[in-house]
Amino acid sequence: MQNAIEVEGLTKVYNRGERGVEPVLAVDHIDFQVRQGEIFGFLGPNGAGKTTTIRMLTGLTRPTEGSARILGYDLSGDVTQIKKRTGVVPEASNLYDELTAFENLVFSMQLYGVPRRDRKARAETLLEQFRLGGKRDTAFARLSRGMKRALTITAALAHDPPLVFLDEPTTGLDVMSARNLRQMIAGMREAGVTVFLTTHYLEEAERLCDRIAMLVNGRIVALDTVDRLKSGAQEKTIVEVTMVDSNGCVETERFLTDDGVEAAVYLALEQSGGRRVLAVNTLRPSLEDVFVKLTGLSAEVMLAEKAGKGKGNG
Amino acid sequence: MGELVHLADNLRGLFYIAWKDLRAYYFKPPNISWGIMFPFAFVLAFAIRNPGDVRALVPGLLGLTVLFGTSSMEAIVIVFERRIGSLERLLLAPVSLPALLAGKMLGGMAFGLAVTSVVLVISLVVFGIHAVNWALFFPALLLAALAFSALGAFLSVAVKEVFEAQTLANFIRFPMIFLGGVFVPVAEMPPALQVVARALPLTYAVDALRVALSGGPLSAGFLDLAALAGFAILFFSLAVRYLARTLD
Repeated sequence: MQNAIEVEGLTKVYNRGERGVEPVLAVDHIDFQVRQGEIFGFLGPNGAGKTTTIRMLTGLTRPTEGSARILGYDLSGDVTQIKKRTGVVPEASNLYDELTAFENLVFSMQLYGVPRRDRKARAETLLEQFRLGGKRDTAFARLSRGMKRALTITAALAHDPPLVFLDEPTTGLDVMSARNLRQMIAGMREAGVTVFLTTHYLEEAERLCDRIAMLVNGRIVALDTVDRLKSGAQEKTIVEVTMVDSNGCVETERFLTDDGVEAAVYLALEQSGGRRVLAVNTLRPSLEDVFVKLTGLSAEVMLAEKAGKGKGNG
Repeated sequence: MGELVHLADNLRGLFYIAWKDLRAYYFKPPNISWGIMFPFAFVLAFAIRNPGDVRALVPGLLGLTVLFGTSSMEAIVIVFERRIGSLERLLLAPVSLPALLAGKMLGGMAFGLAVTSVVLVISLVVFGIHAVNWALFFPALLLAALAFSALGAFLSVAVKEVFEAQTLANFIRFPMIFLGGVFVPVAEMPPALQVVARALPLTYAVDALRVALSGGPLSAGFLDLAALAGFAILFFSLAVRYLARTLD
């Protein structure tokens, strides 16, 4: 299967050659491939280089070094062909306040050359599909935050692109809106769309992504499936055992070994001290554990950074 | 073939960007009324202070209308869209940077020319101007609109905030009102001011419109047309170059 994205040595240095300003290395020689039809997560703290990478891959800013092929087109050669075939959802919902939901979708289609005869029907279908049909004639400015986000994602799909870049799609949304958007994103995969997703929310990445790259200080420190990332981070086997003593007192204890699950269970039984074992659970590391191990940052720190800075510039 | 496809993409993008801007920003009652009233107010104030041949002020009135009509909103729209992130949508579309800016300019030009048409009709009726050389008048009006909208585009990419765009636009346009031959013919100005006047696009616009409205030949306005085309190319090139630089 052809890769949707192939990146080699991609690098971005800001302020290069500007007098009196220190150059900033935003992205540092990264390599990765995104397979067609997968949801590829790009995780990292603020300033890690996530948004800069998206800006380079979508033709908004030129790489300082390196190369990339998007859907078979060379980034340095034919950006227009790439732009025609990609949809981009930036971190801020940026449709036009003065236009209605329907008009915004039609304008997106006009820009991308969707034939006139298809525009109206496609806009109506998309609005219904993403539960925005009731807001067809409502100005973008008057939509709720969650609806604005949903419409911005819908607009990115208006020209039916095979590849979509989503930059922090659920940041700042309430629980229900975020949940709806995650369903939208999962639906894209079912429709065969390749999704490049940046997020601060590790749980979201874990739930949605087929593979994840972790970016720290402009470099990829890990790239694999969620399961393999977790397995790689597990140094010891942790078993949680729930036991009950003769007085009916229930206790849960954790046991760690370097020798696998069976050894951990044996250890637990050995140390049960005559108590009856009610349940044995093997604990696996979460994506958060992997992230903390690889980056040295905690998920809370990452989210706090995000909240503090408002808009990510990663 | 590929180039033709790109050309079609760019022309389509350019047209729809202009159309969207006209619907979203330009054709609002306050903009239309301000676009028409503002030049009349200026000319009326001058006419009251210096009563005489008010008809002589019509070329200046039209020049002012096209200047403010094309550049006022355009300078704000680009900065505003850049500020709220909407400009990024256009930059992500399969439309080249020059086509994007040309679309923005086309919106400004269409609005400026629409407002100027209203002022023209009123002027023709009220002042009874008949001997117009339309073959010079229309190219002069179009090139003036092109040059002023290119000026608006350049001003808008040179600043980051809406208020900066307004301040910079007024800083450049208001001296033009007094030095561009609107109220006082350039030939009657002191020599030093004449030099300044010759560096202003409004001077050439008013001069060409004056020749056209007095029925003068096309050849008499040729230099003015060439100067307006030159200003348009200069401002447009600067705008494209500056925007490209700020994106990197």
